[in-house]
Parts: sequence; C-alpha cells; structure tokens
Amino acid sequence: MQKSGGVVIPMKNVNFIFGSENIDSSPMQPFDENVCAFVSELSSALLQLPPPMLRTMSDLSALAFWSRKANLQKMKNLYSDINERIGRGLCFHIAPSNIPINFAFSYLFSLLAGNANIVRLPSKLFPQIDTFCEVFKKVVAKYPEIGKRTAFVRYPRDNEITAAFSKKADVRMIWGGDETIALVKAMPALPHCVDVSFADRYSLALISAKSVLAASATELKKLAENFYNDTYLMDQNACSSPQLILWENDNPKAREIFWHAVYDVAMQKYSLQDAVAVDKYTLLCEESISNENILQIARYDNLLYRAELKSLNPEIVFHRGKGGFFYEYALKDISELVDVMTEKYQTLTYFGVDAQALRSKFMACHVRGIDRIVPVGQAMNIDIVWDGHDLLRELSRIIRAF
Amino acid sequence: MTLEEFFNLNPYSLDCQAKEKALKDNLLDLTCYHYEKCPEYKKILDKLCFQPSKIKSVSDLPFIPARLFKNYELRSVEKEKIVKTLTSSGTSGQAVSKIFLDANNVKNQTKTLNEIVSSFIGKQRLPLLLLDTELIKKDRTMYSARGAGIIGFSIFGRDSTYALDNEMNIDVDKVVQFFEKYHNEPVLMFGYTYMIWQFIVRVLEEKGLKFNAQNAVLFHIGGWKKLKDQAVDALEFNRRVQGVLGNVKVYNYYGMVEQLGSVFVECEHGHMHCSNYSDVIIRRSKDFSEAAIGERGLIEVASVLPTSYPGHLILTEDEGAVLGVDDCPCGRKGKYFKIFGRIKNAEIRGCSDTYEKR
Repeated sequence: MQKSGGVVIPMKNVNFIFGSENIDSSPMQPFDENVCAFVSELSSALLQLPPPMLRTMSDLSALAFWSRKANLQKMKNLYSDINERIGRGLCFHIAPSNIPINFAFSYLFSLLAGNANIVRLPSKLFPQIDTFCEVFKKVVAKYPEIGKRTAFVRYPRDNEITAAFSKKADVRMIWGGDETIALVKAMPALPHCVDVSFADRYSLALISAKSVLAASATELKKLAENFYNDTYLMDQNACSSPQLILWENDNPKAREIFWHAVYDVAMQKYSLQDAVAVDKYTLLCEESISNENILQIARYDNLLYRAELKSLNPEIVFHRGKGGFFYEYALKDISELVDVMTEKYQTLTYFGVDAQALRSKFMACHVRGIDRIVPVGQAMNIDIVWDGHDLLRELSRIIRAF
Repeated sequence: MTLEEFFNLNPYSLDCQAKEKALKDNLLDLTCYHYEKCPEYKKILDKLCFQPSKIKSVSDLPFIPARLFKNYELRSVEKEKIVKTLTSSGTSGQAVSKIFLDANNVKNQTKTLNEIVSSFIGKQRLPLLLLDTELIKKDRTMYSARGAGIIGFSIFGRDSTYALDNEMNIDVDKVVQFFEKYHNEPVLMFGYTYMIWQFIVRVLEEKGLKFNAQNAVLFHIGGWKKLKDQAVDALEFNRRVQGVLGNVKVYNYYGMVEQLGSVFVECEHGHMHCSNYSDVIIRRSKDFSEAAIGERGLIEVASVLPTSYPGHLILTEDEGAVLGVDDCPCGRKGKYFKIFGRIKNAEIRGCSDTYEKR
C-alpha cells in the first residue's frame, strides 16, 4: 500500500502503462498553448505511422485526423470564453472495454479542457492501444508539464482501486453500461466532483426513399459504405450505431436497392465470425417467437437480416441486433417517432433529410431524446460535443471577474 | 420409412442415397408435425417462410439453434404426456437446456442407443464398469446430463460397478475384484472423457498402478476442450487408457442432450459415424449452405426420433467436417466426419460494457 494525497490506494494491482500515482493535478487553461502544441505533434506522429498500419486501425487514424493542428484551431475558435476558464483539476476516466481508442478521445477532451488525467484503459488488449501508447510516450517526453499530469492505468475489475481513484478526482468521466455508472456514482467522491456519464443509448437512421431512388450509382455506393461504417464496423454494437432504420416517403423498391447495396459492401468487407452467425440466427428465432411486433424478416445470407416492424412502440429500444441485424419501419409521419422517443435515443443518422428542420420539429415537440442528427457515415465520429454534453465547458470551470 | 422399418435394419447399413431419401421424407413429416403441434416452432418457421413443397433434400429443411432450448420450453405434446425432462449440464449460473420427452420418445431413444451400441459389442449384456461415482445417480440436481448418461448406458450391462468413490478416488480393490471376477469374458466400460482422464488415467499413472483388462470395450463421451489444452488428442488418450487399464477397445462418441437419439460413434479408424437414424450436415457460417466434403463448418445434427419436442434438426455450436461418404474402411455406410470442438466465442466490439463483468 502506498499513500497518495492522503488516500490509500491498493497499488499493487495497478499497472501504470504511463505515469505514476504521484500525479500533478493542478489545472491549466483550456486550449493551453503547450497542450495544443503537444496534441498537434501527437497527431502528426500518429499520421506518420506506416499507411498499411493506419488503414487497419481506422479508429486510430480517426483520432489522429481529429487532433490535427487545424482542427484544434477550429475548435478553439468556437469558444469565445476560454480566457475566463480553467480546468477543474484531476479527471478520472473509466473507458469502454470494447472500443479500443475511446479512452484516447476521452483523455484528449479533458486535457484540452485543462485537466490532469488518470485514465483506466480497457483491460482487453488491442494493438491500436499499444501503438497509441508507444507514440504517446515518445511525444510526451518533450512535454514534461503534460507528462506529469497524465497516468494511463490498467487494473482488473476492482472496486477498491476504482473507489480510491474516485476519491481523488475533481471530475469523473464514466463511459459505460447503466450498471457501471450506478456503481461508480455510488462510490464516494469529493464534494465538488463533477460526474459526466455516458449511459447506454439507442440510435437509429432516417432515410428518404425518394432520395435513394434519385441517387446515382456512385452516390448509392457511398451511402452504403457510410452505412457500413456506422454499423458493421463495430459489429453494430456501439451506442451510436443505428439499430432501427426508418423510411421516409417509403417505397419498397428503394428499400431493396438500399439493402442490396449494403449487402454488397458487407460482402466485401465484413468478416462474419462463426459465433456471430449463430448468435444472429438465434436472435432471429427468439425474435420470431417473442416479438409480436415483427411483420416479417428478410435474410441476405447470414450477412444481413432485416426485421420489418408493424409499428413503433416504446419497446423497440430493448430489441437490439448485432453484426448486421436491423429493424426497419416505414414512417407515415415523424410524430410516430416523437411519440416513442425517450432519453435513451442518442444519434439519428439521415440521408435525404433536412437536419435543421428535423431538429426544429423535435424541439417544438419537447423531445427528451436525440443528441445528434448527423449524415449517414458520421455515427461514429466522436467529438468534444458528445451525448448532448459540451465537454470542454463541463470539464472546466469559470473564474468570474468584474 | 417408418421408425419400425429403421429399427429392422442394421444401424449402419443405409448408403448415402438410400438414407437421404428415407431421412428427407421422415424429417419433412416431422417438421410439419412440429409445425402443427409446437406454437413457438410454428412462429419461427413462419418467419423463415417455410414451404414444404420447396424441400428437395435434408439440407433444405429448416433447423433451430441448440441454444433455443435454454430460453424456451419447446414441446410438441401436452404437458401431461411428458414423463422425463432432461437438462444439460451447464456450468453454474448459465441457463440450462430443457428437453421434454414422452414415453414414446424415451422408449425409442433407448432402443436406438441399444441398436447402435450392440452393433459394436453384440446383443448380450456384459459386466459393466462405470468410470464415475455412484453419487452421480443420487445427486441428480448436480449432474443432470452426466447422471442421465450413466443411467442410460447402464441398461447395456449387468453387475454395474462404479470405479470411483464419493470423493472421486479410485476404489482400487473394487476394480481389481471386478477384473478378476470377469477375467475370461468380455467386459464393458463407460465414462466421461475428461473424468476418465483426470480421475483414472492421471491418477493411476501417478500411482504407478496398472489394471489388466483382458477383453474390454470402453465408450466415452464429453468435450475435448480441457484435453486439447493439455495437448492430448484421441490417439494419445486411447494409448494412455490402454496403458493403465490393459487390453481395451476405446470408442469415443458424440452426442448432446438436445438430441439424445443421435449417437455418433468413432470407429476403429478414428472416424465419427452417423447411424441410419441420424445425420450431420456441415454448414458454412456465411450463408448456412452445405459445406463440401473436407470443408470445416458448423455442425447441424438431424434425427428421426424427436417427436415430443422440435429437436429433430438442430444447429450446434460445434465445428466439424465431413471426411467421406459410404467408403470408410470399417465398412459402415453413410457419412463419416470429424469434430473440431466448440466454435470460438464472438469477439464483439462496442461500448455497452466498460467495467467488464466477471
């Protein structure tokens, strides 16, 4: 046992991938010059990885692209009030175990907001995490002010360790299932500690059949590839992956065209694991027995299953496909969606739909759900505004002076 | 072909063509029967757009995944007719399969197993040494499937003797007595693969003890996963069993609680055989099309026996490959195949689980 800041942490089970328990938790200003220099150098170093490597680690290249200098500048310009802001201090992150690079985004959001960070990495091993850490260590060596404010840790699921880190934190970033969030929130924290939690969410797509029919072959292919990236790329299991596809101005021919295009892309790119094929087929049988709301199920080999719903109801969020199992429904009116929408709803991806008008409509209907309305293909694009939170602002505080 | 007609044949006598015809008609009838009798099964087949007229071969018939028996109680006869409910030996905390048998099914399964086993050892009942503990019979809640297997097999022998005591130690005196008593006649042995390895082979080897069976036949069943981890394959297993027990013919067999009538026995040439009553169809996971001979895929098992529950066509989570048809040197007709074991668990990406569940 070692002492750190008056809190005893059972450190023997904690593996410090980077940093140590002696972390400097003094805050910095958002978009601090030194921090921005570091982040953009990290981005350049990542972008210089061999192209074949970047191609196989699309999540890592997305991170590198997001954190490049020009984008940092663009983000910074969106905030007019950074001069009166400063970070909160020490941020403790619990990252998702199944999305390899999410921890790095979480870390960079908080660093840019001006915080020191302890990040619990996924205990599952992924090559892109190793690659990131390797590059990170090289770059951070030149930035001691950031190095001493950073710790990447791995430890087995252990409530004592999580509780010990929790006690020290000024902010907790809790990515997780609803159970994890409840568990961590129940752990004692400093009185001023801010929790930003990312609960289990449900996402959907809204596609205009008319626009699909009007699309050229190239546009259609692009649409299908974008849809693939939103769904199959993460086995359809990310919170922002659409589970339900809603059709506007429905037309059976448009649906056929769309799904065939998706099938073609999946055929080329998706490697269907044996166990996923069995899981999917089992789900099909279970849904056939238990879900009275299913009208029919269409199968395209085992790559793509489409279950057509009879109606939209509040139950639909509990029915989730994996690895290419989608629910679909032809909307007669957008109010059908509004009527069932809850705070569980996160991302709506769209094709051929006016996003601003849709947002206005939702707002006029006093909706409790939907945090993002983005084009098909951008479901996974995590950003500093996420899940309805402006993370830069929530992870920093204001010092008012008149 | 009716079940009675099946029972009149030697269980490995139908060649591929004759069997396909017999099975197709029989399994199609069974499919339609379960469609009428089991509402859950009907719902699945309706969603799969099942049409009897489109069925041209056994591989065209719809199948359901084995796991379904864990989440649903699937029955095609009235509850009152169920005389026996089998449960799988799931590890603690996991859901277990529930299989409902009526008197007719129990009778037919016993008869089938009898036909198959006696084609290996003859019709007479041999002295039986069970390589397990008698506790298994008493504590049915703990060892349901294992216990059922032991009890089911006991009918082929006489003077059933358990080799292990309640603490899973070999009762050496009892085993020595058994072999002495029957030293000049054939004996039968039965047990679970890993139990035999762990509590018989390894223990006897460590103790430096050897029994001296003169003329024994051992049937064993169960997964190979733990043995594979120790790099023990079938040949090694057989060699080591013979090393500690003596002159033993070892037969591995494959089966599952969800389809008890399907018993696939490995012949002297190391090939698993389908009897007349059952078949395997190896399917590609990408579209469930039938794999070519020699190609690895998911194992679907088919059996003409299940009438009380819709378990006549089941997709397992095991991987296998058909090695050949009608031409095994052992002379048994039909398909022969190899099993590679359970498919790998799915590695699912996603954000639903952060603080990994144990």
